[in-house]
Amino acid sequence: MSDNNTKKINVSPSALYGWLGDRIFAVSVFVLGFIVIFTTLAMAISLYYEGSEAITRFGFWGFLTGEKWDPAITMEFGAWPFIVGTVSTSLGALALSFIPAIAIAVFTAEYAPHWLSHIIENLVNLIAAVPSVVIGIWGVFVFTPWIRDTVEIPVYIWSLENAPGLTPILGNPIGYGMMTATIILTIMIIPFTTALTVDAFRMVPKEQREAASALGATKWEVIRMAVIPYSRGGILAGTMLSLGRAIGETMAVAMLIGNKNTLPFTLFGPGSTMASVIVNEFREAVENIHLTSLMAVGFYLFLISLIVNLAAAYIQRKYAVTGGRAV
Amino acid sequence: MRSLRSRYARDNVVLVFIILNTVAVLIPLFIILGYVIVQGFNYISLDLFTKELGSPTRNMMGEPTGLVHTIIGTAVVDIMAVLISIPFGIGAGVMLSEYPDHWANPILRVLNDTLNGMPAVLKGLLAFVLVVKPMGSFSGLSGGVALAFVMFPIIARATESALMNIPWSIREAGLAIGLPRWRVILSTIIPAAKVGLVTGFLIAFARAAGEAAPLVFTSFGNNYLPVKWTGWIFGPVDTLPQRLYNLAISPYEHWHGMGWAAAIILLAVITASFAAARFFIRDKKQE
Repeated sequence: MSDNNTKKINVSPSALYGWLGDRIFAVSVFVLGFIVIFTTLAMAISLYYEGSEAITRFGFWGFLTGEKWDPAITMEFGAWPFIVGTVSTSLGALALSFIPAIAIAVFTAEYAPHWLSHIIENLVNLIAAVPSVVIGIWGVFVFTPWIRDTVEIPVYIWSLENAPGLTPILGNPIGYGMMTATIILTIMIIPFTTALTVDAFRMVPKEQREAASALGATKWEVIRMAVIPYSRGGILAGTMLSLGRAIGETMAVAMLIGNKNTLPFTLFGPGSTMASVIVNEFREAVENIHLTSLMAVGFYLFLISLIVNLAAAYIQRKYAVTGGRAV
Repeated sequence: MRSLRSRYARDNVVLVFIILNTVAVLIPLFIILGYVIVQGFNYISLDLFTKELGSPTRNMMGEPTGLVHTIIGTAVVDIMAVLISIPFGIGAGVMLSEYPDHWANPILRVLNDTLNGMPAVLKGLLAFVLVVKPMGSFSGLSGGVALAFVMFPIIARATESALMNIPWSIREAGLAIGLPRWRVILSTIIPAAKVGLVTGFLIAFARAAGEAAPLVFTSFGNNYLPVKWTGWIFGPVDTLPQRLYNLAISPYEHWHGMGWAAAIILLAVITASFAAARFFIRDKKQE
């Protein structure tokens, strides 16, 4: 009996349980981690490789600045119209969203009572949660007709009568167009700026506020002089994150922008973005050069997103106001 | 120095401006939700859950049409995406948090965040290149892979932060009683962090379930139920977000109504998973 017991205690755990198990576990974790690394690299490589035919045929800069996108007759492709569309809609949305997003953050973090700020924060997060196709279907059936009838047509008629020089800038008031897409984008990116800004506001040390209050500052003066300057890193990072979202937003934009592939784009008139042209034409692309051109547009979209993302990460790390966020 | 009265007046002006802005942003949200709920309920019917869509003429002939193939297809593609993304997401998260000295960790962290920030449409292109082209046809599997690309960066990040929240002393306690490292991670760290992990899955799922852009050229869409069950995986499959897009841009009145119905189903699924995530977080805070 006693012999048996000692034996049991002295028996060392099997290799599979001990050191070998550790090796196997570590190696499988590393393999999974490396597959994540390779996925990101594969995205860059495969987009470049699949688009290389178009890029070599029209040249790296030639494709970038080519203004012609003709999949029907001359088979000439250039990404410039889509780059103009992407840059103007996303910068426009960023400009429109900046002040409201900061205002909501100030209200939730500084003014609202606890229960109200909780509700508003959840509602703002809900905006981010609504799928872009759902916003798109609302845009197609509700927002576009409304903005066409109440804003675009009256403004267009007014400009015809009073300022004929403006009409080429305004363009056809058909509802589907750059302005509609930009406004919808504005609504969609506000939550990202707001979330990071609120986080940054909450990280401001109490002493910072108290010092400003002690000097006799009013509530707004405290916010303007002590809170906002202190959290500018978070605000900037949130803005870059929103810009990244606006650049990559696809479905709502594809449904509302009107999809016109030739410059010049006008304010009310249709346009298109890099993401929207990929989603609209990829299924219908018959010619090989058309397909590779779309892949090449994807490659340039990758490069632009990469720059924006790395800039956001750099700003976030440099100011180090908040840690990494999962979402 | 301005008078105190004017400074207080400016305070009030600013407050009014801020409240107006807040209201102005929330109004569109309520309008969107209101339209989706009212219109969606108008068009929801039993046929929607029992019949397939078929060709546009089917409705003109007066036959019942529905989205049953879309609802099943969404479930199939989403489940595949979850099954594919969980090992990679958890694996990368464990690597970042449990093996912090590994030389590849800074690269992994940066590239994982890069992938997370990439537009979903590019993830669809990647799945097209990696799965659709070699297999030679659009398939549910490629849709699952595309959505997995959306999910695993989020899961990896959530896993990392959930595991990081567990104090090192617990790991040391496990190692001190002679447990091997893998056993410490699997039996103490991951169970202790399970609230954070589940929240991460739910958020990742909610993000992926609403994406249509990666599915348009991977799972492609299909108006009919597949003939054999393998059609769900290896054939073109319909999914709610992509079908919603096709319905909304179609020229048929009846299909527009079905688009609203699809919108309310999609919105319900996503709000439910977000609400569940919120619920888990709240539970954790109370503990």
